[in-house]
Amino acid sequence: MKILTGNDLKTGDVVWWDGRGWSRHVEDAVDAGEEAETILAREEAARRVNVPYVVAAEMADGIPRPAHIKDRVRALGPTVRPDLTLKPADPQAIDWVI
Amino acid sequence: MYKYDSYDQQMVDARVDEFRDQVERRLAGKLTEDQFKPLRLMNGLYLQLHAYMLRVAVPYGTLSGAQMHILADIADKYDRGYGHFTTRQNIQYNWIKLEDAPDLMADLAAVEMHAIQTSGNCIRNISSDHFAGAAADELVDPRPYAELLRQWSSFHPEFMYLPRKFKIAVIASDTDRAAMRLHDIGIQIVEQNGELGAAFYVGGGMGRTPMIAPRIRDFVPLDQLVTYSEACLRVYNRHGRRDNKYKARIKILVHEMGAEEYTRQVEEEFAHLLDEGIEPPLAELERIKTYFEDPAFEAGAKSIDRSDPDFALWVERNTVRHKHDSYVSAVISLKPVGGIPGDATSAQMHLMADLAAQYSFDECRVMHTQNIVLPHVKIADLHTLWTALHEAGLGEPNLDQVGDIIACPGLDYCSLANARSIPISQQISERFAANGKGDTLGELKLKISGCINACGHHHAGHIGILGVDKKGVENYQLLLGGSEAEDASLAKITGPGFNEAGIVDAVETTADVYLREREDGERFLDTYRRIGMAPFKEALYG
Repeated sequence: MKILTGNDLKTGDVVWWDGRGWSRHVEDAVDAGEEAETILAREEAARRVNVPYVVAAEMADGIPRPAHIKDRVRALGPTVRPDLTLKPADPQAIDWVI
Repeated sequence: MYKYDSYDQQMVDARVDEFRDQVERRLAGKLTEDQFKPLRLMNGLYLQLHAYMLRVAVPYGTLSGAQMHILADIADKYDRGYGHFTTRQNIQYNWIKLEDAPDLMADLAAVEMHAIQTSGNCIRNISSDHFAGAAADELVDPRPYAELLRQWSSFHPEFMYLPRKFKIAVIASDTDRAAMRLHDIGIQIVEQNGELGAAFYVGGGMGRTPMIAPRIRDFVPLDQLVTYSEACLRVYNRHGRRDNKYKARIKILVHEMGAEEYTRQVEEEFAHLLDEGIEPPLAELERIKTYFEDPAFEAGAKSIDRSDPDFALWVERNTVRHKHDSYVSAVISLKPVGGIPGDATSAQMHLMADLAAQYSFDECRVMHTQNIVLPHVKIADLHTLWTALHEAGLGEPNLDQVGDIIACPGLDYCSLANARSIPISQQISERFAANGKGDTLGELKLKISGCINACGHHHAGHIGILGVDKKGVENYQLLLGGSEAEDASLAKITGPGFNEAGIVDAVETTADVYLREREDGERFLDTYRRIGMAPFKEALYG
């Protein structure tokens, strides 16, 4: 599947295309399929996302899992600071990245 | 410390106003990212994995207590309560919001700081010896010369669009504590026939093609320092490759042109520039020097009570001889066992600022090894200082030990990285603390980079580790035999790489070979240079 990511222009937060807008949670990401590039161009032009790009991913346990570790780190947060990730209360969250 | 004059302050304030306008236009859609990116990079603002990252310049690593307090306040106000001290004596914040960046820069400007030229293809922050002005072995304080070059290189119209970034280090002792020969230009202040001058080393660097800079001039009179630097840059600017980013650094030019031909062209340009009279008057250097005069040292205790073994160990490892016999320079380790190298919380930064004010004439230094120095500590105050550091978790006695690891942010933060660096450093420091071997190894400089750009200086590690991407999986190459000191050498790869667990084992295996083979008084590096790579390869790969 193809999911879309980028950074919020104002805050820099990592965001994922959820079909209607941009979510901070990769769990919300949807398969953009053949529309990927069209969506990216439209959303970047409207300044709703910064430096967006397409990420190859697969569904794993019902959650889109980016193929490359770099995007999994982006999706969660720094593995060395669990307290700063999006799942600070989940000690297993880093296993999903690695 | 250097104090801004009205020109300095006006320039920095004007840059804040200019950047505020640029950010407003970007947020309003009047600038595209392609248009805005070079503007934000000129102000040290990157877009990294999780957010915008701001790199703040710390000229030659010197900070006042007030500046350190503001850095701590910025960590709380605009970031997530911490900062990361870097291998070029700067500090980075990892979670900056674009909309906050102009206010942050205004806060910096209020204490004579900025983020200008911490990115982009220009002359970057000038680095220097972190013990400058305190070291017992220095000829003079190198910082006035670094400051002169900072002023020359700031907004230099000819050198804002070089083929690639450009890094300069200035030292004034035979002991190199600034990795001088691994810079684009390394300058050593030397004495010849009773006169001070500068030896120039040009074309060093790390990255994907590491090079040790050759010396191209033994002695440049100090009243020609800027002119000679300009000549070095002009030849590079003229011939440096702009067609290939990976061949654009000056080290490639000097290597491909040959040091002899490069030097010939520099000398020719130098002669031409002397006629143009671009050198600032010596009075300007003398004016700058007044900001770096010795503080009012007082005679006091010269001996240290070492009856407390923990304190004694810290004194042995983390203090360095000072030019005044009643003082030492004290190193605050930012490398607790299992910690993140170079990270400091806002509370720790405030404490270091307070301790600098109380015990070190309100001055501290950022080391390129990602620790902090209090340069002028009275021997009589040492135990009190250590007690405060120890209670705050800043008293790790590990300067230049295996736990004093340089690590870049790696794949946990950096968009260029291929592998994580920090978890490897954490596991290694924990391993050697748990098995007790760390205390038996003596000086062992371990450096980790998460990609070939080598921000973690892996080429210059006694033991170096380079993280690579092997078909989407993190993999780590092991290198041995590097040094960034006056005996500079480049580390060599041992062989096939290791996975995350394997690289920690490999470092321990390497240390075991050293413990088995070392002779009296030999550091790891000495043993490696004596016995070569073969015994290590045998132990690692069988």
